[in-house]
Amino acid sequence: MGRVSLHPVPPAVSLLGVNKSFNDVPALVGVNVVAPDGQITVLLGPNGAGKTTAIRIVTGAMTPDAGTVRTLGLDPDVDGEEVRHACGVVSAKPALYDRLSGHDNLRYAAELHGVDKRIIDDRIWAAAGRFGIAQALDSQVGGYSTGMKTRLALARSVLHEPQLLLFDEPTSGLDPESAQAVLQLIRDMTSDGHTVVMCTHHLVEAEGLADHIVVLDTGTDLVSGKPGDLIHQFWPDDSVEISVEADTSLEDLTVLDGVIRTEPSKHGIRVILENPDVTPDVVDALVRAGHRIRMVNPHEPSLEELYFAVRRSARDLGEAATEEVMS
Amino acid sequence: MNWSRTLTVARTDVKQLVLAKDFWMPMAILGSIFFVIVPLVLLFSITSLGDVEAVQNIANTLEVLPQKAQDQIKGDTPQGRTSYALAVFLFAPMAVVVPLTISTAVGAATLVGERERGTGEFLAHSPAATKEIYLGKLLASLLPGYFTTMVGFTAYSLIVNLIVGPEVGGWFFPTTQWWLLMIWVLPGFLLIGLSLVLRLSAKVKSTAAAQQASGLITLPLIAVSYAQASGAIYGTPTTTIVIGAIAWTIGITSTWRGMGAVKRQRLLGVADGV
Repeated sequence: MGRVSLHPVPPAVSLLGVNKSFNDVPALVGVNVVAPDGQITVLLGPNGAGKTTAIRIVTGAMTPDAGTVRTLGLDPDVDGEEVRHACGVVSAKPALYDRLSGHDNLRYAAELHGVDKRIIDDRIWAAAGRFGIAQALDSQVGGYSTGMKTRLALARSVLHEPQLLLFDEPTSGLDPESAQAVLQLIRDMTSDGHTVVMCTHHLVEAEGLADHIVVLDTGTDLVSGKPGDLIHQFWPDDSVEISVEADTSLEDLTVLDGVIRTEPSKHGIRVILENPDVTPDVVDALVRAGHRIRMVNPHEPSLEELYFAVRRSARDLGEAATEEVMS
Repeated sequence: MNWSRTLTVARTDVKQLVLAKDFWMPMAILGSIFFVIVPLVLLFSITSLGDVEAVQNIANTLEVLPQKAQDQIKGDTPQGRTSYALAVFLFAPMAVVVPLTISTAVGAATLVGERERGTGEFLAHSPAATKEIYLGKLLASLLPGYFTTMVGFTAYSLIVNLIVGPEVGGWFFPTTQWWLLMIWVLPGFLLIGLSLVLRLSAKVKSTAAAQQASGLITLPLIAVSYAQASGAIYGTPTTTIVIGAIAWTIGITSTWRGMGAVKRQRLLGVADGV
């Protein structure tokens, strides 16, 4: 029988009120990022949102100007060596030594991380095999394709069996097939208990991968939480998208019980419902009214929709605040 | 301080240099010119010319050397004495010029190069301390220049003994002063040059800028080293030991101060506007 812990598990990463500027240009402004232990946290945001800076601060590669940082319970500024030893990082550019072979690149990382010399080769071949790069290990990295370099960088990040994996745009520059393979490998890694923090601006990648998301924009965290919770926060009511053959008005649906309101959508109309059980009644009413229904699609907001809704909401709030100041 | 990591950084850097033919080919050519071709042509010409006026004139100029140096010159013939003086006294400074040129060229690119290639990100996220990275890079810059010089020095010793030896009664090179110069004085000067150049490499924005700036440091240093190398050869062994000790003291102090020059943020290329 498993034991139940009386204490909540502390987050693997927590950045609280972190500020960072470069030559007076703010990169992070009071950022809060919490990555729960054993989960995949995705930092979402456009280029320049501060995702890479956040990752660099997590390992202590960069020091914040203000705020509190804890990585695996440690302060990277004080216990940097220990923190970096427990982290595996894949940066946006794979950061590999082109003149060296894949094997030498991995050996270099393993030795810097203090992997026991007697087991280095076993670890190298195991990691390379896991990421499908073993056959190219003896070739110079300069001749690798972008996909191979990413696989090698991923293999390098797990050689020393780190607790925390930090991936900064790991699929950047990859074709869709390779990107999918890399995402699958990341998914596999969390199945053996790793905590993953991943940055991306590709919303499709985060979909289905993220246990927890943080949306960043211009150095500020706009929102964070589980995707399901956030979607519920922005779309508290269920909805269904309906398309009919004739271009007729469907506004009269609001008279039905359980229908809150309607709004135009890409393919027809979106009907906001009190609960999804009302859907058959809506369809029945439309048929009885003589409409020929082409499509009924329960609306499950995607991460992409959530992302844009969050940004739209932040922009509206910003504009409202500006107007208040002006008045 | 983890010496194992320092050596790992040094070994990996040296391996990359060995794999870079475009780097070691010019290095080998430079060493060959200074240690093999020029001495071979000069010494062979002098010993082959015989007792001609030109050689006599050069022999006469040996009188400008310090008396202690003149007393050391071996050989009974003008060509013997001239070639001995050239081999022992006049080629000494090149033993400093070659390694300084090679090592500073490597050192100038080493840290800024990591940043330019993007591999600085890997090092910044690694557990290696910045001091370990600095010392590893310093070793990796020092070794190619020193190794080339020692190989060149071996070739030079052979040339000198084979060409000049028969004129002065047998193999005589290296002399005590030369041994001291190569093993004691030279590494000290290399350390001074590299500690300064690596500090530059950690701070500038590009390899090109590092090369330019390192020229400003190495040229005066080469001039000083040139003079000191000559002094080490002309003077007594005690003088040579003292010159070496001063060079080591300055070199170690400069290295100690330089260890603080590498910042993780600099490896990422984002510190102080870099």
